Amino acid sequence: MWQRETFKKIKQIPREEHVLPGTALCAGCGGLEALRLAAKVLGDEVVYVNAAGCFTMLAAYPFTPFKGSWLYTTMGSAPAGAQGVRDALDVLIAKGRLPERENLKVVVLGGDGSTYDMALSSTSGAITRKLDFYYFCYDNEAYGNTGMQLSPATPYGARTTTSPCSLQHPSGATREKKDIFEIWRAHKPPYIATVAPRYPLDLEEKFARAATFTGPKLFLALSACPTGWLYDPGETPEVAKLAVETGLWPLKEAINGAVTHTYIPKPKPVEEYLKLQGRFRHLFEPVVQTEAIAHIQERVNAYWEQVEKTEKAV
Amino acid sequence: MEGEMMTGNLAAAWGARLADVDYIPAFPITPQTEIVEALAKWCESGAMAARFVTMDSEHSMMTAAGAAAATGARVFTATSSQGLLYALEVLYSVSGWRAPLVLVNVSRALAAPITLEPDHNDVLAARDSGFLQIHAETCQEVLDSILMAYRIAEDERVMLPVIVNLDGFYLSFTREPVIMPDLQMVKAFLPPFRPAHLGFKASAPHALGVAVLSGTPYSYFRHQMHLAAMNALEVHREAAAAFEQLVGRRYDVVEGYRLDDADDVLVMTNAFASKGKAAVDVARAEGKRVGLLRLRVIRPWPADAIRHALQGRRAVAVLDQNLSPGQGGILFQEIAACLYHEALRPRALCSFIGGLGGKNLSEGELRTVFEQTAEAGVQGKGIGPVLLYTEAEHREMVQLQDLATEHRA
Ligand SMILES: Cc1ncc(C[n+]2csc(CCOP(=O)(O)OP(=O)(O)O)c2C)c(N)n1
Ligand code: SF4
Ligand SMILES: [Mg+2]
Repeated sequence: MWQRETFKKIKQIPREEHVLPGTALCAGCGGLEALRLAAKVLGDEVVYVNAAGCFTMLAAYPFTPFKGSWLYTTMGSAPAGAQGVRDALDVLIAKGRLPERENLKVVVLGGDGSTYDMALSSTSGAITRKLDFYYFCYDNEAYGNTGMQLSPATPYGARTTTSPCSLQHPSGATREKKDIFEIWRAHKPPYIATVAPRYPLDLEEKFARAATFTGPKLFLALSACPTGWLYDPGETPEVAKLAVETGLWPLKEAINGAVTHTYIPKPKPVEEYLKLQGRFRHLFEPVVQTEAIAHIQERVNAYWEQVEKTEKAV
Repeated sequence: MEGEMMTGNLAAAWGARLADVDYIPAFPITPQTEIVEALAKWCESGAMAARFVTMDSEHSMMTAAGAAAATGARVFTATSSQGLLYALEVLYSVSGWRAPLVLVNVSRALAAPITLEPDHNDVLAARDSGFLQIHAETCQEVLDSILMAYRIAEDERVMLPVIVNLDGFYLSFTREPVIMPDLQMVKAFLPPFRPAHLGFKASAPHALGVAVLSGTPYSYFRHQMHLAAMNALEVHREAAAAFEQLVGRRYDVVEGYRLDDADDVLVMTNAFASKGKAAVDVARAEGKRVGLLRLRVIRPWPADAIRHALQGRRAVAVLDQNLSPGQGGILFQEIAACLYHEALRPRALCSFIGGLGGKNLSEGELRTVFEQTAEAGVQGKGIGPVLLYTEAEHREMVQLQDLATEHRA
């Protein structure tokens, strides 16, 4: 059984904020909430290296919500930006031009579109080079900043502006979400985890654990997105919670490749999660698309059956 | 003969080594690869105190280079052709970050059709990126220009990255005598990189490359880059004087060759300028009053120096080793624009396109260029764009076409 060591009670989460409020991001942005929690462990001695996406609007001249530093790069190369910053800090410290106390953690901030496709070469390179950095992917399951288009992280059945539901494709998105966790894992980084903003102790514990590893530390954060998923911003906690409780968003980590699920839900039917969001409404109205919903449920069931087999065997 | 025989690529590597760079992100591409191979070896052996990293693409390479320079390291990197274009998006970012690194581009024509041989469509695609550009004619100039490039880039009045360009094959793989500047002199010429306004550190957080919410701040920051690039003209002048004093070689933004009493002037860049100079000598021997103006600094555009060199001439021919399809020669446009307000502007401006994909520039072609330019000057009417392409070359092309379509017969 996976056990939290550092964060056992909610009281243990530091009260100090490192991502200050008042940014241009949407009210109820689940990705921002996950980042806010992550920053409680990461602290201020950080340089965030950002890829184009919603989070790019966090630092908009002359404002930034961070007490740490920020470098906006491109949609396709934030991990390479992290490489340049990390290497330069190391070289400058080694040559005595920068005191060790000035050192920073380097954290990539990228959306799913950047992470799953465009920056994949850059990420693969950085992991293979064993770059000592954090990667924080906020996964809102679409190209959000451009207005919610289909991305490789969009799940089957979701309607986006480029996967509309139609007579030919009544389910909206017809392909499955790309498994970036496994793609990352194939690179054998020391630490990978999925997190969700509604599970703060699990999230904080994972960032605390990651800090003990040198090398790539990769996080995939469920980023419930009221604007794109079409639900009321006040429902973000509920949506994030149901993503996990239905088993659709497994909370897990992989330490040197060994996977452990950090929370085993007593799975609720996927409908409970799907029904909350406008992007799945076509699965229920005007007629219930039983097959599509069953397909989603079967895939979740198959996933957890597999988990039970492999993790019990260990 | 003074100096060591070395290729343009090795001279470029020596430039980075003498500049004592801290960081080299790299990616292979012909004809540049020899540069990063030499640097990798020196970093490995300890001859250089730099970190060398092979990246996953030029896009990543350029991002890492810019990010490291923005962190306060002295950075060198190199590419060619497809690699430069692959990195193009990032060039604009890096100059916007005001990260003063040096990028060597070894010119190679762009696909399609795919080739390894040089022309300048690659480096000129980066013309508007905010990188300054120095185009070298000789291997010696490659090395010296890299040292000058760091001094200019890192000057507080500039703080912009620089591309040093050399031609693939004609310079990259051609051995010429290169005199190695003395290390102490280089140190005196190029102070260590200690940027006042760059760097990420715990005690002084800052945000770089951030979004702006309107055209007002955008225009302000872009115009700052323009002003900084223009400052580079004065900074180049100072650097050239200091370099001459310390090392004994002089490089200006443009180079005049036998211009004094020239009626007609041929404008060229890069290694083929040597062929142009030889053609000037031949024409001069025949009593023709011709000269050559080599553009060395392309960005900032040295308009005053160009006007000064070309005013009062009968005719000017620009030989572009590039082609903007649907327009013609890229540098021709810029020369024409900067002569427009010149009271003593030449009677005729001629545009020639030559050396595409490394195609030879023969003596005969250059002779024709001078003849047609003189005639245009007499007529007071410019010509072009004229593609330099000989009859023999056309026959060769027809043969290739015959082979390509043989099976149809
Ligand atoms: C090279 C390039 N192509 C396209 C874009 C346009 N663009 C900006 S943000 C964005 C969406 C990014 O999606 P994702 O990474 O999921 O982040 P999100 O917007 O959802 O936060 C796109 C396509 C860009 N900035 N750069
Ligand atoms: S669109 Fe979604 S992910 Fe983007 S800022 Fe708004 S809520 Fe957050
Ligand atoms: Mg997204």
